[in-house]
Amino acid sequence: MIKVIHPGFYSTIQDLGRFGYQQFGVPYSGVMDRYAATLSNQLLGNTKASAVIEMTMTGATLEFLCATNICISGADMRPQLNAIEIPLNKSMAVHAGDILSFGTLKSGFRCYLAVSGGINTKMIMNSRSMYKGVTDRFRLAKPDELLIPNASIFDAHASVRTHSDYMTSEYIEVYKGPEFNKLSVSEIKKLKSTSFTISKDNSRMAYQLEQPLKNSLEPIITSPVMPGTVQLTPSGSLIVLMRDCQTTGGYPRILQLKETSINSLAQKFTGQNIAFKLVNY
Amino acid sequence: MAFDLTYKPYGEHAVLIEWPAIINRDILMDVLFFRDNIVHDNIKSIINITSGYTSLLVSYDELNFDFKIAVKALKTIRNQKHEPIKSVFHKWRIPVCYDMAFGVDLEVMALEKNMSVDDIIKRHSETSYTVYFIGFLPGFLYLGGLDESLHIPRKETPRLQIEKGAVAIGGKQTGVYPGESPGGWHIIGNTPISFFDPSKSSPCFAKPGDTVTFYPVSLKAHQDIKTLVKAGVYQIESEVIDD
Repeated sequence: MIKVIHPGFYSTIQDLGRFGYQQFGVPYSGVMDRYAATLSNQLLGNTKASAVIEMTMTGATLEFLCATNICISGADMRPQLNAIEIPLNKSMAVHAGDILSFGTLKSGFRCYLAVSGGINTKMIMNSRSMYKGVTDRFRLAKPDELLIPNASIFDAHASVRTHSDYMTSEYIEVYKGPEFNKLSVSEIKKLKSTSFTISKDNSRMAYQLEQPLKNSLEPIITSPVMPGTVQLTPSGSLIVLMRDCQTTGGYPRILQLKETSINSLAQKFTGQNIAFKLVNY
Repeated sequence: MAFDLTYKPYGEHAVLIEWPAIINRDILMDVLFFRDNIVHDNIKSIINITSGYTSLLVSYDELNFDFKIAVKALKTIRNQKHEPIKSVFHKWRIPVCYDMAFGVDLEVMALEKNMSVDDIIKRHSETSYTVYFIGFLPGFLYLGGLDESLHIPRKETPRLQIEKGAVAIGGKQTGVYPGESPGGWHIIGNTPISFFDPSKSSPCFAKPGDTVTFYPVSLKAHQDIKTLVKAGVYQIESEVIDD
């Protein structure tokens, strides 16, 4: 078991998400940064679909009630085990009674904690990803106790080449969205040349951008959307949908982020800038 | 079918199929017919299919997705001369309590529309609504067919908390809030029926192509049905649609 002593700013349990339930209006959910979460699982020898804890902006304080191996990836929040700093992207043995805590955010925005065998909360619709109205709990809170599998400590020498440039790069690679061709030449030019600032309205559902894009696009008949879809509202707001987004929407879908760019954006926060780089199908 | 379809790439591993942009039951039935045939074909790399009023989003496993190959396979399914897959659709009868205790916007709406509250209730509960798809929130049905006299712009300031089961009108649509949520629609009543149950493998009783009608019940009946729903013994009235 892992005991939540302090949940941090916003921490949830996530795996790769729910698929096949969107016909019921259920969001995909799942880890915001798949690269980092998958990396932490890989370094422990877990399957890709193992559930991890996703921590946003500030880390949680957790007490381990049993021994296991852990691995932390993604944002650098200066993780500490019993008050001693530990590295990212490395399998670490923990013992019953050990306390994992975090310092201040150094880079990125979302950090992942994987444990040997994965977090073992109840599956709802084939996933452990927390979402309000679908799972009983929608975020970690004190004093939650999370079930983890019994695992014996191992010395891990697995090494994987990791990279973190994706977290700092300003470029977000995008494909044309279904309604891209409704944009005028000047609107496309502006879309490509503007450095957009992430507004304070950013969450697991969507990232809204600050600079408006004046446009004359008509709303569309409500149609499916997915994580990574960039919607353009009549007032010119650009909304980048993220993992917990609704399954359908009525705003024109002008761009679609590459999967790797969703990971990049997930590591960015209020006030940071991004630039769209159009790539071909 | 005579509809002209377009196939567009949507992101790295999905195909968006679009019908002419018209909301009607014929197009809906064709969208669902194509969807059922794709499901029936059991293509292993397809991980999800979502439908809208006039579109289908077919998502594939990220590995080895090739747009051209995927579209070719979809078109083959479309052009197959096979026995039509006959879906069974249901007509659901949903009890709604239109008492002022729940219908907090009924009076304002009556004033704005220059109608009596009874008229609003009568027109709302006389219509058979088509379920086009489920979206916005888990279990939120997009219903078509609201009487034109009941169309009303959304409230300027949305409410932060709308009760589960709230029956509401916004723009040209009516719907039921499946759980607590913020919302800008006018609340005219409440149903004790649960529209989304995450513990079930099929969490919604209704599906696209079904129809829904609302019928007025008293506060007391609302309470009684709610008790039965909570106990898991309430049977929603329904019949099979023959068409």
